[in-house]
Amino acid sequence: MSAPAATTNNWTMAKALNEGMRKSMELDPKVVIMGEDVGKLGGVFRITDGLQKDFGEDRVIDTPLAESAIIGTAVGLAIRGYRPVCEIQFDGFVFPGFDQIVSQVAKFHNRSAGLVKMPITIRIPSGGGIGAVEHHSESVETYFAHTAGLKVVACSTPSDAYWMIQEAIADDDPVIFIEPKRLYHAARADIEAAPTPLYEARIVRPGQHVTVAGYGPTMSTLLESAKAAAEDGIELEVIDLRSVSPLDMPTVVESVRRTGRLIVVHEAPQSFGVGAEIAARVTEQAFYSLEAPVLRVTGYDTPYPPSRLEHEWLPNLDRVLDAVDKIMEY
Amino acid sequence: MSEHVLAVHPEPDLVQLLTPEGQRVEHPDYPLDITDDEISALYRDLVLVRRIDTEAIALQRQGELGLWASLLGQEAAQIGSGRALKGHDMAFPTYREHGVAWCRGVDPLTLLGLFRGTNLGGFDPREHNFNLYTIVIGAQTLHAAGYAMGVVRDGAVGTGDPQRDTAVLAFFGDGASSQGDVNEAFVWAGAGNLPVVFFCQNNQWAISEPVTTQSRVPLFQRASGFGFAGVRVDGNDVLACLAVTRKALDHARNAQGPTLIEAFTYRMNPHTTNDDTRRYRLGSEVETWKLKDPIERVRAYLTRVAGFDHTFFEKVEEEAKALAEHVRSGCRALPDPTPESVFDNVHVTMSDELREQRSEFVDFVSEVSA
Ligand SMILES: Cc1ncc(C[n+]2csc(CCOP(=O)(O)OP(=O)(O)O)c2C)c(N)n1
Repeated sequence: MSAPAATTNNWTMAKALNEGMRKSMELDPKVVIMGEDVGKLGGVFRITDGLQKDFGEDRVIDTPLAESAIIGTAVGLAIRGYRPVCEIQFDGFVFPGFDQIVSQVAKFHNRSAGLVKMPITIRIPSGGGIGAVEHHSESVETYFAHTAGLKVVACSTPSDAYWMIQEAIADDDPVIFIEPKRLYHAARADIEAAPTPLYEARIVRPGQHVTVAGYGPTMSTLLESAKAAAEDGIELEVIDLRSVSPLDMPTVVESVRRTGRLIVVHEAPQSFGVGAEIAARVTEQAFYSLEAPVLRVTGYDTPYPPSRLEHEWLPNLDRVLDAVDKIMEY
Repeated sequence: MSEHVLAVHPEPDLVQLLTPEGQRVEHPDYPLDITDDEISALYRDLVLVRRIDTEAIALQRQGELGLWASLLGQEAAQIGSGRALKGHDMAFPTYREHGVAWCRGVDPLTLLGLFRGTNLGGFDPREHNFNLYTIVIGAQTLHAAGYAMGVVRDGAVGTGDPQRDTAVLAFFGDGASSQGDVNEAFVWAGAGNLPVVFFCQNNQWAISEPVTTQSRVPLFQRASGFGFAGVRVDGNDVLACLAVTRKALDHARNAQGPTLIEAFTYRMNPHTTNDDTRRYRLGSEVETWKLKDPIERVRAYLTRVAGFDHTFFEKVEEEAKALAEHVRSGCRALPDPTPESVFDNVHVTMSDELREQRSEFVDFVSEVSA
């Protein structure tokens, strides 16, 4: 891994992911990219744009249309010593590959008594808010976070995207890499000179009143909420978890010890989600520091709605601020 | 690599009954008894569904639809197969079968909710024996096989009673032919001798991937390995599609088992309104396929051979205009869903906890909008 040549790159997240993968491919000839339309088209989001041209059809593989096979053949490639990076076209289409991920990718290292590694990265453009038709706006991270053997991370800035994708690819464990598709082209930023370690959370805005933790697609909403709350004199401490599994609990708990209040935000449905897990752990680890119950602002326990309703359904500024009011009044 | 692929992909031996120039030709296995009036009715179908498509694309450009999957170029495959169905047969579409929907009597406005984002389908598949659109590639082929199992258990095949014997028609694309679900549907249908016809519209492209990415052999040949017949038909020839599908459906209704039909056609437009074809295919390829247009050949036949004059074509054009207006104004008038409707039909019986979430949500939305 190395920093990109220029320090003022002004890259979108899409570009940063592309450049990150390019670096990984340059450094390690065993890295191969595979997925639907990743070649000439550069993927439907153009994240692999130009990579096939530069690295060839052997390393950037347009696969037949079958997710189970994309993941299943990645397992075989990994046994053979390759380091596959699989692209799932949209979140809702990972499920035909679910069995291979959960029963094979996740367990292989364990089943082989630690003799075989599964250094597979599974990239999933995730989340909603883009006005898409069904199956194109889902949040699937919880299924994988619930599966032992997998790691699940989510980037939320161009710089993180650049570094995290390289760290995920370099990791000898299988990593589910959640890419907030709504943010692919949302903003440009420079790439930091060095990465934050992959499984560490980051405090992106300090504050003393309420800790608000999220990841991936919700981070821009959280930062906006913090700005709005500050105008009312309430300082939110915003944490980008970055890794959903493993969770960096020390960073969260340390913050909660100071603020006494925690709100967890995610687009995925509420029940049995990341928010529930964090609430349980905070209760176990910082019970006496809590001034109020941990609150969750999440998707509802329904199928993802038709796009005309998605902005009400998704965690938004109003819903986060409402939770802030509630937790302050408690 | 591509030369090698070409070598194992011989020029397809298509079943064709109407040439691109509008000449009727005979095929020994697929005699088609059809009057010129019936052909003119197919022409009308072809023109009208193309108009629905044109209108929907325009609505997408105007922001009235979030997305549209165009059927341009595939009208004959859809009208031919759709018109081969009997009312009590069942069809399982992908997301592109607007022409089949038309044949089933589904109002085009019914299809628009999914693309406008006002619902997720929202109609009863049993009303017109036309299933909800399925976006997850290939999944519907298994549903078709299962439906056919139900037909068999109901004793609705092979009785010889044309009102009773039922067939199932499953649509999918060339890309979908790679999915496990589709291959498992083939296994199920073959092993169970199910009354299902698999209708693959090989439009040559799965988004940016040519069919050679999916297969080294012509797709219809895959059927033999699963224990049933496969046939490749000129997918731009509505008469051939009608004849071939009719025969396969009859076969199924008579308890003689499944058939795979590969309709050899072309996706003239981008994959959806989001796609950009310039990245992966040549404009010249599209130009070549324009010469095989599914509507032009029927028009040529009707004018040159059957002697239809401008009054007929003008009448169809008038109808197309009226239909376009129906689609335009109807689309804009589609009701937006109410926020609380998100919680409807999650289960048959709503749990107390979900009811609670709903009331919190409804209160919050009305508070914010107040
Ligand atoms: C399981 C699944 N994976 C990926 C997609 C994304 N996707 C939508 S259409 C499509 C290509 C389909 O090609 P084909 O089956 O040939 O049908 P066509 O769209 O050409 O009619 C893909 C990959 C999907 N809808 N479902």
